[in-house]
Amino acid sequence: MKRIALALLAFAAFAAAQAPAPSAETILDRVDANAVPGNKILISEMTIHGRRDSRTVKSKSWVQGQEKAFTEYLDPPRERGTKMLKLGDQLWTYSPDTDRTISISGHMLRQSVMGSDLSYEDMMEDRKLRNAYAVKVAGEEPLDGRSCWVLELTSKTGEAAYQSRKSWVDKERYVVLKEERFAKSGKLLKGLEVKSVRRVGERWVPDRVVFRDALKQGGGTEFKVASIEFDAAIPEALFSKASLRK
Amino acid sequence: MIRFLFKGILRDRSRSLFPFLVVTTGVFLTVALQCYIKGAEINVIRTNANLLYGHVRIMTRAYTKEIAQIPNDLALTGASALQDELKAAYPDMNWVARIEFGGLFDVPDEKGETRAQAPVAGLAVDLRTPGSPEPGLLDLAKILVRGRLPLAPGELLISEELSQKLGLPIGGKATLIGTTMNGGLTMANFTVSGTIRFGMRGMDRTGLIADIADVRKALDMADAAGEVLGFFADGLYPQERADTVAASFNARFAGKPGEFLPVLQTLKDQPDMEMMFSRLNDVTSIIIFIFLLAMSLVMWNAGLVGTLRRYGEFGVRLAIGEDKGRVYRSLLAESLLIGLLGSVTGTVLGLAFSYYMQVHGIDISALLKGVNFLMQTVMRSQITPAAFFVGFIPGLLASLIGTAIAGRAVYKRQTARLFKELES
Repeated sequence: MKRIALALLAFAAFAAAQAPAPSAETILDRVDANAVPGNKILISEMTIHGRRDSRTVKSKSWVQGQEKAFTEYLDPPRERGTKMLKLGDQLWTYSPDTDRTISISGHMLRQSVMGSDLSYEDMMEDRKLRNAYAVKVAGEEPLDGRSCWVLELTSKTGEAAYQSRKSWVDKERYVVLKEERFAKSGKLLKGLEVKSVRRVGERWVPDRVVFRDALKQGGGTEFKVASIEFDAAIPEALFSKASLRK
Repeated sequence: MIRFLFKGILRDRSRSLFPFLVVTTGVFLTVALQCYIKGAEINVIRTNANLLYGHVRIMTRAYTKEIAQIPNDLALTGASALQDELKAAYPDMNWVARIEFGGLFDVPDEKGETRAQAPVAGLAVDLRTPGSPEPGLLDLAKILVRGRLPLAPGELLISEELSQKLGLPIGGKATLIGTTMNGGLTMANFTVSGTIRFGMRGMDRTGLIADIADVRKALDMADAAGEVLGFFADGLYPQERADTVAASFNARFAGKPGEFLPVLQTLKDQPDMEMMFSRLNDVTSIIIFIFLLAMSLVMWNAGLVGTLRRYGEFGVRLAIGEDKGRVYRSLLAESLLIGLLGSVTGTVLGLAFSYYMQVHGIDISALLKGVNFLMQTVMRSQITPAAFFVGFIPGLLASLIGTAIAGRAVYKRQTARLFKELES
């Protein structure tokens, strides 16, 4: 009996080793499926390491699929009450000091969010990677003790915020652990490194990510998820311009 | 003899009026041109100093490296303490803190939605502190087109062109959308208290001037400044003095590491200014040299012609027994007197014209349509010490040299031929 069990185990290991690697498209589909949830409510902290000092911005976001998101900044006091609303490809920001709601578009989308290494354009990125990019597997590499596929993504239409990306995807969890984003010229624009991942229900969620804008000289922006709730009930009225001033 | 010659010049206008007019005109034009070119040069330097760079400019080391991007995240902090320190160390200078910033000016409709929007280039200066030199440096009272200077918090001045473009009247409200010192998006409401005309095409399209306290609040730049500018109290810009101030200030931080330590630069060190100084100097020298050469030739020629025309007179004077040397010397003395009178008159007229131009100037805005670099639209002259002798010396010497050369004919004059000439 023991021999049979050992033989089955050996066969299973052999079969696993011999199983064909999933295609690049399949890997990207799994990444998208893991990253793009239905509804979620997220409280996060963004620590921005500038050239002079560091500061932390706290916010709460309500996200519905890929199209709708509402964010309210909670801290520091100067930013408290600032809100942002994303509806499809439109983005508005509300400032309580001015009581004005301004549409962020054009070149403003490339501006930094709260001085971080993230731009509004990064926040607006809502399409599934699979839809926006052609992908191929460039190789396999271990990263921080995790076995990863290295994917090379190239924009299908040229309309994406970045022309190409190089992503290290955890083979087991289908989470992007590291990414480099490039301009058309091939210049590195942005990088991200996932420092820790947590399991929430069926999903693996990166809960500490460091973003680096290659064009800035600061120490990067550390994004930490304080709490996250999936499939939460979110009132539809929240995703309206009127709710910005409430 | 001089008195005799002087009477001759006044009474015999047929032989003195033409040379006198030529010398006067030549000297007048030389003085007027020299003052005009100097005025243009000083105008350019003053405009750049008052509006942009000061006579000396202090920024952080990091700011100077990325200056083209106006990196307010690299601005000076503790600006008030630095200004106090500078006032104590350099009492003959005025020090002002400024912030340059860019952004969008967003005009709301009655529902608060965007009605009009335009990119702006802003300058934050101390407008409200009593005794601030900034309104004077920027000549705000003079460039004000409508309304008044900002008196209350949240008020600003925008260019008349921007006001028209945005449909933003005096008292109208708009939101400045800009970037904080930390790099984040910021919004601040402002009220237009007046409109201005900078007289520079670039600034007139997008310029606005706000009080530095309001801008510090809007851009989260408490007690910070993009730059601290220093101006010599007498308003003049001697490069040597600026170099001395730069050397003494920078010596305090030499060898110390830190990208946020201050560094002082002179006006000449500013982008394009060294080239501009050098070019202005070259162009001024070349223009004045060519003009002086041409004027000298004209005056020399006048001396030649004037002397040759008096060939018959030399013969008669020699025939009645006057010594050749005496005739030659009297010619030179006459020429010197005419040169002196012409040069004095030309210099006085040139200075009078230049003074008028210094005070009133010429408006050339109609010629500058489409020009988008910093340039004053009213060109003025500037009287400098050089103007007192730049035309005087050639006016005096050129006609004298011309007379001296042509006057040599006296020595070749033969009285025997005179009678034949008179008979014919």
